[in-house]
Amino acid sequence: MLRYIIKRLLMLIPVLLGVSIIVFLIMRVFSPDPAPIVLGQHATQQAADAWRQVNGLNDPIYLQYYHYLKGALTGDLGTSYYTKLPVVKEIMSRFPATIELAFVAIILASFFGIVIGVISAVKKNSIFDNAGMFIALIGVSMPIFWLGILLIILFSGALHWLPSNGRINPLLAPAHITGFFLIDSLIAGNMDSFFDALKHIILPASALAMYSMAIITRMTRSSMLDTLQQDFIRTARAKGVPEGKVIRKHALRNGLIPIVTVIGLQLGSLLGGAVLTETVFSWPGIGAYTVECILKSDFPVVQGVVLLVATIYVLMNLIVDVIYAFLDPRIKYSKKEV
Amino acid sequence: MLLEVKNLTTEFKLKRGIVKAVDDISFTIDKGEILAIVGESGSGKSVTSLSIMGLLQNPGRVTGGQILYKSQDLNKLSRKEQQKLRGNQISMIFQEPMTSLNPVWRIKDQIMESIMLHMKLSKKEALARTIEMLETVGIPSAAQRANDYPHQMSGGMRQRVMTAMALACEPELLIADEPTTALDVTIQAQILELLYRMREKFHMAVMLITHDLGVVSEAADRVIVMYCGKIMEEADVRSLFNHPLHPYTIGLLKSIPQIDNDSDEPLYMIKGMVPNPLNMPKGCPFSDRCEQSMERCTQEMPQLREIDGHKVRCFLYDAKEGGSGKQ
Repeated sequence: MLRYIIKRLLMLIPVLLGVSIIVFLIMRVFSPDPAPIVLGQHATQQAADAWRQVNGLNDPIYLQYYHYLKGALTGDLGTSYYTKLPVVKEIMSRFPATIELAFVAIILASFFGIVIGVISAVKKNSIFDNAGMFIALIGVSMPIFWLGILLIILFSGALHWLPSNGRINPLLAPAHITGFFLIDSLIAGNMDSFFDALKHIILPASALAMYSMAIITRMTRSSMLDTLQQDFIRTARAKGVPEGKVIRKHALRNGLIPIVTVIGLQLGSLLGGAVLTETVFSWPGIGAYTVECILKSDFPVVQGVVLLVATIYVLMNLIVDVIYAFLDPRIKYSKKEV
Repeated sequence: MLLEVKNLTTEFKLKRGIVKAVDDISFTIDKGEILAIVGESGSGKSVTSLSIMGLLQNPGRVTGGQILYKSQDLNKLSRKEQQKLRGNQISMIFQEPMTSLNPVWRIKDQIMESIMLHMKLSKKEALARTIEMLETVGIPSAAQRANDYPHQMSGGMRQRVMTAMALACEPELLIADEPTTALDVTIQAQILELLYRMREKFHMAVMLITHDLGVVSEAADRVIVMYCGKIMEEADVRSLFNHPLHPYTIGLLKSIPQIDNDSDEPLYMIKGMVPNPLNMPKGCPFSDRCEQSMERCTQEMPQLREIDGHKVRCFLYDAKEGGSGKQ
């Protein structure tokens, strides 16, 4: 197993190389010249040339990539054209917000998705099944930004239960330890700021969770329907095992593999930043920021974010594969298999 | 009498109509007896066993009759009471050893689950009993193999595990639904031998469901021949093999290849096919395939008659009424 994980981690290197080359080329070919955007449209030609010279944009493209790669290997991904801050710092100041949102969303989505999916499968063609599948249909088809706006109108506007934007009341922000407000406030023992952060995350996380939940619900239903038809389920019933236990302990564990796959991929894409949700709820995460940087031709930042997202995706896939081996003893990654 | 099935009818409600998979059958099993139920695919033998176990899946439903186990009607029991009997007093072995075990559970956990559920033993005692059972069914180095997953075992070994699981709580009735069909011949003999040995050891009754007459002649005390959900003939094993009465049974016995037969004649076979269950003949279900079919056979359903302890459903024996008459 360890050898397998190391092998997979080594495979990350060519993936990152490929991704970096592609994003490097795309930015330079398709994005507008950053110089006039950074300096303002009234900047002189000489000033723009000078700026390009300083930022290495006049070099041949392979040389630019070589310099970038050299920096990247030492952990230096360049500096933002606008803030002049290191890209790593820019990303790190926003990424925890995205991670926090993604994890809360995937927990909500997995919990409700699996519960609704299992009920739908067990009570197939009943009113519960129909209701569950209707919710799932709404989830996959409703645009997130619209759902987000509806949630804000209802829970924030009409009912005044929950705040509509931001991560936390700035006065309650906990000291920076991990960057995750929910965790930092718990570490500090500050329950006021914990609950404030929780209140702020509920609406965006729910809006973000809806789509993933719908996908997880459908996958759970079809996987459970398949598993419940298997002979070993009949065996469990023949042993006199109560039906609830048959479903939870015999069927769900077997049906979990495709469900875990979907959850892993969903989490991977949520971690890449949820542009629409972050925009609607003014969530200071990586998604909306990246779009802004693409529009402003902030090459180093975009490259850095894309590399990060690619790494996360590869790691999520690896984690899912490792979980497989724990769920199903027939899956072995070492060569020592008997 | 351990089990008494009275006028059991099981139906499957399909979109295209209702299929009577089991049609008004009655039989009994005594303590310690091996009763074989023979019939081809679709004759209702498996559905009979699932009806007794209460394991019918939608759209199957018992629509008539009673299943009396020790004089209590199993269909009238609550779900909880049924679960208490299942795997404990009545247990079952299935046809497919390859798929009947849960692939993600160690086999010891699968056997222990049943023991802890019904015998109320501690985990340690249940494990000891599990290993003892695995040894009883002939699994070598049982203590180590108990930690295996099903995919690490062969088909024969898995059927032994299934048997150990079914017998773990010392049931009084074991329903074995084609326990040897999926196994090759040498393993078949071993599993049958095992069932026989277990019957002696635990004094349990066995309801052996099979389409293999060879298995029947070796193992059973009494035989029921089923066709299209009906009992066609019922007799003790010797009487059935020596003096089969029903043309269907006679046909079945004739179609067994004989190893000492040197003639070049092709093997006998019953002509035609099992009728479509949605479109049954009006009279005897076997009438369109029967070589001795009469006009009456296609019009009326013959009754099951008893002639000297040998029951048969055929008009050929109407004239020779000697037994106690109708069922």
